[in-house]
Amino acid sequence: MDATIDSKAVPSNEERLAKLEGMGCSRKRYEDPRFIQGKGNYVDDIKMPNMLVGVMVRSPYAHARIKSIDTSKALAHPGVYAVLTADDLKPLKLHWMPTLAGDVQAVLADGKVVFQNQEVAFVVAEDRYIAADAAELVEVEYEPLAVLVDPLKAMAPDAPTVRDDIKDKDVGAHGARKHPNHIFTWDIGDKDKTDRAFDNAEVTVKQDMIYQRVHPCPLETCGCVASFDKIRGDLLVYITSQAPHVVRTVVGMLSSIPESKIRIISPDIGGGFGNKVGIYPGYVCAIVAAIVLGRPVKWIESRTENLTTTAFARDYHMTGELAADKDGKIKALRVHVTADHGAFDACADPSKWPAGMFHVVTGSYDIPNAFVSVDGIYTNKCPGGVSYRCSFRVTEAVYLIERMVDVLAQKLGIDKAEIRFRNFLRKDQFPYQTALGLEYDSGDYEPALRKGLAALDYPALRAEQAARRADPDAATLMGIGICTFTEIVGAGPSKMCDILGIGMFDSCEIRVHPDGSAIARMGTISQGQGHQTTYAQIIASVAGIPASLITVEEGDTATAPYGLGTYGSRSTPVAGAAIARASHKIREKARKIAAHLLEVSPDDVEFDLDRFVVKGAPDQAKSIKEVAWAAYNNVPEGMEMGLEAVDYYDPPNFTFPFGTYICVVDVDRYSGETKIRRFYALDDCGTRINPMIIEGQIHGGLTEGFAVAMGQQLTYDDAGNVLGGTLMDYFLPTSMETPHWETDFTVTPSPHHPIGAKGVAESPHVGSIPCFTAAMVDAFAHLGVTHMNMPHNSFRVWQQSHALNLDQR
Amino acid sequence: MIKKMMVTFKLNGKSTDVVVEPRELLIHTLREKCLHTGPHIGCDSSHCGACTVDVDGMSVKSCTMLTVQADGSELLTIEGFAQGGELHALQEGFMQEHGLQCGFCTPGMITRAYRLLKENPDPTEAEIRYWMAGNLCRCTGYQNIVKAVQYAARKLRGEPVQTSYPLMETTTH
Amino acid sequence: MIPRPFEYHAPTTVPAAIALLDQYGDEAKLLAGGHSMLPMMKLRFAEPAHLIDLRKIAALKGIREVGNEIRIGAMTTENELIWSPLLQQKCPLLVEGAGLISDPQVRYMGTLGGDISHADPANDHPALMIALGASFVLTSAAGERVVSADGYFLGLYYTLLEAGEIMTEIRIPIPAAGSGSCYAKLKRKTGDYATAAAAVLLRMQGGVVAEVAITLTNLGETALKANDAENYLRGKPLDDATIREAARLAMAICEPAADLRGDIEYKTAMAGEMTQRALRTALSRCSA
Repeated sequence: MDATIDSKAVPSNEERLAKLEGMGCSRKRYEDPRFIQGKGNYVDDIKMPNMLVGVMVRSPYAHARIKSIDTSKALAHPGVYAVLTADDLKPLKLHWMPTLAGDVQAVLADGKVVFQNQEVAFVVAEDRYIAADAAELVEVEYEPLAVLVDPLKAMAPDAPTVRDDIKDKDVGAHGARKHPNHIFTWDIGDKDKTDRAFDNAEVTVKQDMIYQRVHPCPLETCGCVASFDKIRGDLLVYITSQAPHVVRTVVGMLSSIPESKIRIISPDIGGGFGNKVGIYPGYVCAIVAAIVLGRPVKWIESRTENLTTTAFARDYHMTGELAADKDGKIKALRVHVTADHGAFDACADPSKWPAGMFHVVTGSYDIPNAFVSVDGIYTNKCPGGVSYRCSFRVTEAVYLIERMVDVLAQKLGIDKAEIRFRNFLRKDQFPYQTALGLEYDSGDYEPALRKGLAALDYPALRAEQAARRADPDAATLMGIGICTFTEIVGAGPSKMCDILGIGMFDSCEIRVHPDGSAIARMGTISQGQGHQTTYAQIIASVAGIPASLITVEEGDTATAPYGLGTYGSRSTPVAGAAIARASHKIREKARKIAAHLLEVSPDDVEFDLDRFVVKGAPDQAKSIKEVAWAAYNNVPEGMEMGLEAVDYYDPPNFTFPFGTYICVVDVDRYSGETKIRRFYALDDCGTRINPMIIEGQIHGGLTEGFAVAMGQQLTYDDAGNVLGGTLMDYFLPTSMETPHWETDFTVTPSPHHPIGAKGVAESPHVGSIPCFTAAMVDAFAHLGVTHMNMPHNSFRVWQQSHALNLDQR
Repeated sequence: MIKKMMVTFKLNGKSTDVVVEPRELLIHTLREKCLHTGPHIGCDSSHCGACTVDVDGMSVKSCTMLTVQADGSELLTIEGFAQGGELHALQEGFMQEHGLQCGFCTPGMITRAYRLLKENPDPTEAEIRYWMAGNLCRCTGYQNIVKAVQYAARKLRGEPVQTSYPLMETTTH
Repeated sequence: MIPRPFEYHAPTTVPAAIALLDQYGDEAKLLAGGHSMLPMMKLRFAEPAHLIDLRKIAALKGIREVGNEIRIGAMTTENELIWSPLLQQKCPLLVEGAGLISDPQVRYMGTLGGDISHADPANDHPALMIALGASFVLTSAAGERVVSADGYFLGLYYTLLEAGEIMTEIRIPIPAAGSGSCYAKLKRKTGDYATAAAAVLLRMQGGVVAEVAITLTNLGETALKANDAENYLRGKPLDDATIREAARLAMAICEPAADLRGDIEYKTAMAGEMTQRALRTALSRCSA
């Protein structure tokens, strides 16, 4: 079937739009046929000839000196090819590697281990069974050291020193260090003005809160297959990376192999959520082993390794303060954070911002004064600090401000919806300069909240709650949570955001073939977001090529243009813009060719969905298919043949999606069990590209938010042991626990984005987490409770109920 | 040295022989010896269900079954669903109802749902949620997986089916 | 997550299994559904040199009514329990309990005998069996012996089962007509063990408790029988006050271990809460 449109018999606009499957269409996913037939190609599916398998030997101790490592028995085991230790990596200068945050991290423990399950040796064997047997034969003698677990005690004079290698350095990557366990202090905002506003305030509130350590825990763990062609000198690495080009640059830096000789391929990825941004020791070891042994080496994490050694998220110990007048109008915000970064600072943030975009903490509110101070701290825990389904530290920021607004409302006896109306930024204030230096692009908060309150009949809910509170025999408590968040996504403008010195632009290359079909390649990489589907929709709408005729490729550095990858909801705001602009370049060249074919001036030709028509003469037209053919045989004089375009998009600003979420929860007083009765999520992500995919992203983000708020936590005991490093204890909700989600939307396009899109995947995570806490706290708020730390599992909720004597019959 | 054992089973209708150590796990045999990489390894501890395959009419987590235990069995994996180029109703349902995103849990989900619908051709939402609770998904929040299973159930019962996501939105919010 | 090497045996008769057990002694482990044993072997916590798989022994399968008891082959799976019309009708407590174990896939493989024999206090069947007054048939080369579930569990992973014995059958007296029962289990999520759970089998007569069994899961080194609570309730009406007191008495015997599910105080409180829940629900299910 010919999927393009012949200019001679023009179908109706609706038929043409349907054929294009452009923006706004719930096009079914291009990716699905392979996934539903078991033909996805994930990294552990890759099998290369002569491939060996590597496994890590890990430390049982959180802090210990390594007295000796004896690899002889392991090496003697049949089928074992190598056992690497730090001593083997030293001659290559690969026993330490740089982190994205300007620190260094041990690839294999060099002299001592600083967190439990740290990488100590790497065993390479014929298969995973032999490797597992041999790993047990590596004998490591440890001398345990005092362990630092609590970040709030890290800067005590007698605290154990986590990092011997830098203990005397008084300046780190982000400025002065106050203590051997101190990484940085990052301040932003006007401290004096903020302090004065607090001194003069009619009302102030203050609240401590802990945003617990969690893990993104995608269903597929991390892994790679490295292969080195000794004759050509080419390194090929299949890797579950959210940023393959960045991996190539880092591998080039580490190995001194030119980037032209390195090919990184991110195959299908079984979920990322921030876990697959960093470079992990297993990757380096697999690459070294492949180069040394001349055989491909695969390394795939177990689930416990994933949970306990690859990038955690959050672990922010926060204190928020608000100053306001007695009507609840906020005058100032003051925040201090102690950030537990673990044993190495391996945070994934833009280089200049060690607390990421935490300074979006003023939220959706007109707050004239603000000051934020963040102290980064080393402890004997796994390194990380990645953005788990959020832009860099945005979820922590949104959590803090949404909690603080509720605390203020409670103190003043103002309804939690009403206080938001009193403080919202108004539509006419955009673009809005925040007190912490950000410029919000667009927003329209009040109608969103009104829509949400109407959808749930908020007054009726409050009446029901009042009746419940008045009934001493009610077995359940009822809580209503509201969250009116503003996100910041789309990192980002290169003047503000870089990774290892590379600006955070993104890219697109489009090549239209003579038959009018096209291939497009991007610098991003999908981990389930459906880029191959939605990117084609952007091209379809802008360039008039049916989405079904567009092949989208990502993730192979040999073919894709350089891009910074997919995380922080940046694919649509940044790569999506590059796609739109490249598509526009295609369209403009096509318009000139069409004018040439129609023998009129280009100024007299206009674009019409999938063709070019002469202004005022709609029967004189050329379809994009006809133009594509002409691009290869009949172009205007002086024009290059072909129909291709490239765009590297450096965004002028971030985008600021927002939403209104409302949660209704019933809490069993006696057991602490909770039931999410309703959860309403209104998202405004600007222009909507594929409503079906947007809804799917929102369902997923809400579910991950539910998991974080209600159950997830990486728990350490006093000896630094990780408790519960399996899916028995680490809470991934099943279909039984997961609530039913109600979705809604408004559309407020971004004024600076070429198609007005803002990004959506992370809003539901960022926005839902404080909403769950708000609902939980609200259930107890009439008894004076202002905050409850996550996770709100039955045990912890019962402790709250028990403290208030509510569990007594 | 432990002797290897010869194991014979039917894999998606095809008689298959493998030689394995007794300790070899079925998921490894399927993925590495039979090159059926549809079933995935997500947790190593029989919690996630990504490795679910159908063994003699049971949904089994193949990370927690020895290959030698499958001797003489009939195995169905995701690779055995589409027949003659035609997608199975479940595969169609997952696509039409957007019941997958990263796709990693999908083979296990579909394989599990297949057995569920054999046992209960007309399950309620609550029954689907209960009987699918051995399969974790990190992307979808399950809502569309439930709809996908309902879609397939309707189709398998011979009833008309329709996606919840028409290409163009007809109503505006 | 790879087991140590071992030899695998799949006998098809009980005598053959017993012969293997006698031959390999301490070096052998029995494999039932495998969902406790194989994970322990993958973690290398269990390292048998010989694994004797009972799945091929047809004689260990099946649910049948014999006189006034139900006899269940030890290798009968959880899903087979759940789907048994006989159990649904005559022993709903076992159906309810099995339905709260782990997840669907595990229930296809997990067996009643395996769950009992493993004697993990977190397993659900031990408490259910004690509440139901079940007895177990233990078979060895010397023949069969029948032991009561109450008293069978001696400690963590430790029971009356002797070397060379296999649990072959579970015998459950059919609860009296009109009885009500409930298994109230608090867990964090599907697939988890109980934070606390209580099994209740109850018969009322003339408005007072005629017979009651109350047992508890994961609240001590073994499943617990709340004898004091049972004794207290017999002959009394079940009302808020007596239910509260029974729960208090049940809590008094709990010695749970603190873990991520909760501390000792919470788990003990939940023992009381689940006892109350199970009593109230069982009462609502009594028909006499």
